[in-house]
Amino acid sequence: MLSCQKATELMSQEQDRPLTLRERLGLRLHVLICAGCNNYRRQMGILRAACRRFGGGDTP
Amino acid sequence: MGQNSRPFPQKQVMDLDRQRELNALRPDLLRFARLQLRDAGAAEDAVQETLLAALTGSHRFESRSSYKTWLISILRNKIIDTIRSQSREVSASSLAADETGDDLLNDSLFDRRGHWQDSARPGRWADPEASFEQQQFWKVFEACLDHLPAKTARVFMMREFLGFETDEICKEAGISTSNCWVVLHRARLGLRTCLETNWFAGEGA
Repeated sequence: MLSCQKATELMSQEQDRPLTLRERLGLRLHVLICAGCNNYRRQMGILRAACRRFGGGDTP
Repeated sequence: MGQNSRPFPQKQVMDLDRQRELNALRPDLLRFARLQLRDAGAAEDAVQETLLAALTGSHRFESRSSYKTWLISILRNKIIDTIRSQSREVSASSLAADETGDDLLNDSLFDRRGHWQDSARPGRWADPEASFEQQQFWKVFEACLDHLPAKTARVFMMREFLGFETDEICKEAGISTSNCWVVLHRARLGLRTCLETNWFAGEGA
């Protein structure tokens, strides 16, 4: 079973490289039972969206 | 295109407006460059070059926001040029120096088995799109970026703002691919923690 710390590393890396099948399954299982990491994963998506807007000059 | 065939007087009026818009947007451009280059002189140079390119270009814009988007895209390229010309400045040793803070952050977030500390468990971020529409959110966002260790921030912004692939960042920074992932992870962890503490937690999410 993945620790949350390890899961956060994978959730970052999935933004930069394709995860292996084993990593994907481990992560999917982990976020199913861990609300904190489930939120973290959403936050990674929000962070990327924010960076896209900021980096594109698309801010108010 | 055809904008070059516009009657001369109208073109002149537009240039005057652009001059004013440029002055209004200059501080935004400068902040954007400073965040990424962390060097006031280099940031100033990149912005100057951008303004020069903008004033000699002949594009037309309907609004300040589309003008800003265009200027930022020019500035991004200037920043990329600057980073490439100072290649390897982000040395492996200086990234190692960033790690001290990293350990402190990890200790405050995770227990010894690597599970979230109760106080640090990530919460749900309500309605990010609504946050994106608020100037105050972007102030917090910039402050959080500025709060990251310098070299870590630089690698992160090369990835997320300038669109470098990790391979290329590693090469420019002179670090291994796995080290690059570690640095990016560290940046994301620090940034989301800062945003949660200083923005999303206060929203009653």
